[in-house]
Amino acid sequence: MTERISETLETALWEALQEVKDPEIPTVSVVELGMVHRVAAEGGRVTVEMLPTFVGCPALDILRRDVTARLAQVDGVEEVEVRFVLNPPWTSDRITPEGRRKLAEFGLAPPPAADGPAIPPECPYCGARDTAIENLFGPTACRAIFYCKACRQPFEGLKPV
Amino acid sequence: MYKAALIDFLYQLADDELLLGHRDSEWLGLAPDIEEDVAFSSIAQDEVGHATLFYHLLSELGEGKADDLAFGRPAAVRRNARLVERPNGDWAYTIVRHLVYDVFEAVRLEALASSSYAPLAHGAVKIRREERYHLLHMETWFTRLGQAGGEARERVERAVAAVWADLGDLFSLGAHEALLVAEGILPITRNELARRWEARMKPLFEAAQLAWPGAPQPAMEDGRLGQHSADLDALLETMSEVYRIDPQARW
Repeated sequence: MTERISETLETALWEALQEVKDPEIPTVSVVELGMVHRVAAEGGRVTVEMLPTFVGCPALDILRRDVTARLAQVDGVEEVEVRFVLNPPWTSDRITPEGRRKLAEFGLAPPPAADGPAIPPECPYCGARDTAIENLFGPTACRAIFYCKACRQPFEGLKPV
Repeated sequence: MYKAALIDFLYQLADDELLLGHRDSEWLGLAPDIEEDVAFSSIAQDEVGHATLFYHLLSELGEGKADDLAFGRPAAVRRNARLVERPNGDWAYTIVRHLVYDVFEAVRLEALASSSYAPLAHGAVKIRREERYHLLHMETWFTRLGQAGGEARERVERAVAAVWADLGDLFSLGAHEALLVAEGILPITRNELARRWEARMKPLFEAAQLAWPGAPQPAMEDGRLGQHSADLDALLETMSEVYRIDPQARW
């Protein structure tokens, strides 16, 4: 029998997820990145539906491991299943305002609106708008490389997708 | 019959992406500059990731483990178009081949977004968002090389001739075309795919100041029916070398 997830458990699960960080961006949580689609519980059995940022993201197995390990510590949780789903698709518009702030703090420019014009983002270091695209591709699938003409610093940013 | 058509078509999608992704990865350390090293590594990772998704869909349909489907199948049962099994050649060939394929893929994914098979439709919507960047990159290179004139342009012209000779089976849908379209697994015909592809390619040739080579000619041999060149044997030999040492190994 499916029971409605209790409010206490639901709060505890989301708080725990807030502590799971992206393996490549250790200051931003999976919740802030908009990667958690749904959390459900049936008795002590918890199911988390997550959205991969990129289909070929090699960090998915690490995320599955980290989410499973953290949620297993929550009171009343006996079993955790993490499922990656593609519907709805993850888009960079899912990143929360808090997540965007933390990305910039980490030195990664938050992405412009996914359906907006293709303009390079503000420099995360000095805030200048006079920036240029260096490479549409970067060190991970979800990043691009830019250059700030004001502080003359190359920087990375998350791609709008 | 629906299932057989769906499985055959998923192999077309998976094998196309895996083999082109492998070719992309061959540029690692050899690309013209460090930006392209980064770009082609990233593009390779995307393409192989997309292939992984399609092999997983095949797994769910009872075809076996994704790794075995990717690395363990011989050339005769591969369903990729012949274009993606060709060696990289020079930089001009790499760019022209990728552009032609990326435009084709954009058209195919756009149609698949309304596939009757929901897992495929969801995957297509997600993959399209990523492929936009590949397309943008190849378009930039193609127009630059064409407009540059001199040796760059000559090499692009040679590359276009070589790619066009291999275009026939790119639009083939294999043995189950009628059923694929009728069931809405791929809701458009091969002729419509080719028509939409041409409509997008022509302005790119114009921008690159290159003559349009004409419509693709039907293929004598069809990769979607398992008719491949010796290039594929060589590619599979290299790509599966480590896998074959111990297919049971866990990675």
